[in-house]
Amino acid sequence: MQFIRPDINLDFIGKRKIAFIFSLVLLAVSIGALIEHGGPRYGIDFAGGTLIQVRFDKPVAIAQIKDGLQSMDFSQASVQQFGEEGATEYLIRTDVPDITDKGFNDILRQTLNSTTGADVEIRRVEMVGPQVGQDLREKALKAMFYALLFITVYISGRFELKWLLSAVLAVALIGGVYVLGLFKVSIPFLILMALLVTLVLFWFLNLRYAMGAIVALIHDVTITVGVFSLFDKEFTLPIIAALLTIIGYSLNDTIIVFDRIRENSKKLHKNPLAQVINRSINETLSRTLLTSLTTLVVVVTLFILGGGIIHDFAFALLIGVLIGTYSSVFVASPILLAWHQKSSAR
Amino acid sequence: MRPLKNIAWKPVLIAAVFLAAIIYILPTFNSSLWPYKKINLGLDLQGGMHLVLEVESEKTVESTLERIVQDLRERTRREGIQQIQVERIDGDRIQVNVRGAANIKSFQELMDAEFRDLREQDRSQTGDALVLALDLPEQEVDRIQELAVAQALETIRNRIDQFGVAEPDIRRQGDRRILIQLPGISDTERAKELIGRTAQLEFKLVDDQMAPETALKNGAPPGSEVLYQINVDGNTKREFKTPFLIKKRTMLTGEYLTDARVRYDQDKRSYYVAIDFDRKGGRIFERVTGDNIHKRLAIVLDRKVHSAPEIQDRISGGSAVITGSFSAEEAEDLAIVLRAGALPAPVKVLEERTVGPSLGKDSINKGLMSMIVGGLLVIVFMVIYYKGSGLLADTALLLNILLMGAGLAAFQATLTLPGIAAFILTIGMAVDANVIIFERIREELNIGKPPRAAVDAGYDRATLTILDANVTTLIAALVLFQFGTGPVKGFAVTLSLGVIASMFTALVFTRVVFDAFLSGRKVKQISI
Repeated sequence: MQFIRPDINLDFIGKRKIAFIFSLVLLAVSIGALIEHGGPRYGIDFAGGTLIQVRFDKPVAIAQIKDGLQSMDFSQASVQQFGEEGATEYLIRTDVPDITDKGFNDILRQTLNSTTGADVEIRRVEMVGPQVGQDLREKALKAMFYALLFITVYISGRFELKWLLSAVLAVALIGGVYVLGLFKVSIPFLILMALLVTLVLFWFLNLRYAMGAIVALIHDVTITVGVFSLFDKEFTLPIIAALLTIIGYSLNDTIIVFDRIRENSKKLHKNPLAQVINRSINETLSRTLLTSLTTLVVVVTLFILGGGIIHDFAFALLIGVLIGTYSSVFVASPILLAWHQKSSAR
Repeated sequence: MRPLKNIAWKPVLIAAVFLAAIIYILPTFNSSLWPYKKINLGLDLQGGMHLVLEVESEKTVESTLERIVQDLRERTRREGIQQIQVERIDGDRIQVNVRGAANIKSFQELMDAEFRDLREQDRSQTGDALVLALDLPEQEVDRIQELAVAQALETIRNRIDQFGVAEPDIRRQGDRRILIQLPGISDTERAKELIGRTAQLEFKLVDDQMAPETALKNGAPPGSEVLYQINVDGNTKREFKTPFLIKKRTMLTGEYLTDARVRYDQDKRSYYVAIDFDRKGGRIFERVTGDNIHKRLAIVLDRKVHSAPEIQDRISGGSAVITGSFSAEEAEDLAIVLRAGALPAPVKVLEERTVGPSLGKDSINKGLMSMIVGGLLVIVFMVIYYKGSGLLADTALLLNILLMGAGLAAFQATLTLPGIAAFILTIGMAVDANVIIFERIREELNIGKPPRAAVDAGYDRATLTILDANVTTLIAALVLFQFGTGPVKGFAVTLSLGVIASMFTALVFTRVVFDAFLSGRKVKQISI
């Protein structure tokens, strides 16, 4: 059985302008959603606060829960339903940490019982103080930054044999961020600047493959974050794990294509690069689609059957896999081409 | 025909790995079968409490200074140095005012002889009046703080040991944080209370010179302060505070305790805690009670007056009781903290995550269900698409899962809910390696190569690609491991294991099977 004929020859490079516009639209929508929501919606992992998951033994109304919370002085708390439709589990969230003092569990149970008439089970309590919240935010950003840099070094080394150059670059950037961070410069700002500097340096140092891969990755992460924001979902630590996984996974795809491009460049060095790239993408199309398919199957299963806690995580992975596949074909390779055309035009 | 020694090592390796995997994974299913460890479950899967505490070690420095002030006052009194005032100011300095040349000289001698740790910050002399500002050098401050955190760690460990939690995990995090994981704990509030309580026990004398209310209005006399006793009305559950005027000087502290036990008073129908002092403490206690008959001795716990009974008689024998309206649990907890010792500094809860056992079980069930369903779908698909080779890939997949589980058990890594997601992800990504190889083989077959050559070429070309692709996932996992906490770390470890296992099964295991199939006979076609 075969989905893709062996002699398939779709003109991907030819369609790259359309893809470019499509990507821009997606990026615009993503950034727009982020701006409209005032930045990503942080879960308590990053914003600090308290989260309580409760389960009632029969259906209740959110208003009743809120009444109960109000009488406990939690008027600022938000309540939302958790899990599948018709489930009787709710998430109570407040920005105030430090409230789980002695007797709190009992008081909560009694109060909710009296306002809803149902028995309450406290399934999970999470409290994150503001200091830890900020620590985790910085850690998350640094993690993504380091991952991108290491990947850059690896790609530059493998595809352009510029191990030393890229390693020095990465170390310099990490060092720069670290030192400036000690001067209390805001970490998000620093990392943004560092990314821009990285891209500029790639341009000047001719690290083409790395540039193509990194741009594709930034594209993927931005759109995933944007779609998340669009659906008003919360960012928690596991979501960052999902983003990093997407980075690793999207890169898989990209590398497969790049590998083939490199192989074909040697074999068909007389042909123009555009043709080589097209050929390579077509040759690897079968494999690209298949792995995305199998990964999608498992992620969708996780999304549907995995339960409330893992739900958002699976959602992030879902978007990431789709976008990652798309970007390997329509973003990474065209950038490689644009590069080559620029440098051969000089 | 390949020489025998070339093909022999691969199957042997596979068999060995397979056997080892089975051995490592067995205990998880039946712990009596083998004395190895089972797979560790994270708190989000087995239920339990995760706490991050910060030791407010700067308070230890303050209380050390306070103690030095007390000492200084006591010594200057005994040396007969007059016209001297010693006060703690600003939390981290001591100010001394001395008047009179003789006094100044005696004070200087005392400082040089017994208080050499103190550092002179500032000195100004006008006429025969000397004003000194003293503090502790940075090294000393650092040492005190470091000691405070180390001691807090030990004390908390002691308390948790006595509380009786199975397999607690208590460790230091950075400069002043302590990470505590208590699996399977159900009464989380009691545990938090037990851990976080400073439990500083002090015996101080009540100051009878003034009524507490007067001291509140006009200020306490030097050397004394107002402390409160907090009582909770049993019916209304409201707290009300009773002020006491207490002399600051601490006569005896909990350091001198050797034991604390819970006892039940039949007559009064209440629990109380009986404490024993060590020899030195016993002697001090005897002296204090002997010197202060008919005065009241306040038992101060965490800066709150617990009770202030009148001293009827000199008490020797080194034992005392702490009474109050305790429940059995409260008495037991008090005994625990007295036995384990006071925390050298207060601790603040920075982060708390508690998962109830029912939620943990639900998570495991849902995770397993997803894995089984997702796995089956992928397995079926592979067979349909790649036929015989698909079946081979499926076998590799199952071997993969076995290896991941065994790896978790062998390295004693923790399986968390995101970790289960990593298992499921690996199912999708593991077939990736096989797909790369099979597609390559198909390509080679299509350009007309015979099966043997096609398989060889397929594996050769694909190996480098597979390595490249998987290394990047490993980089991401490594970074996650470094920066992540708890569940995320579990995810990173499981994902890494999955990637490595899938490389092994795709490159070594399936190759061996192919080789075995193709080596003995002339094969015209392979099922792919």
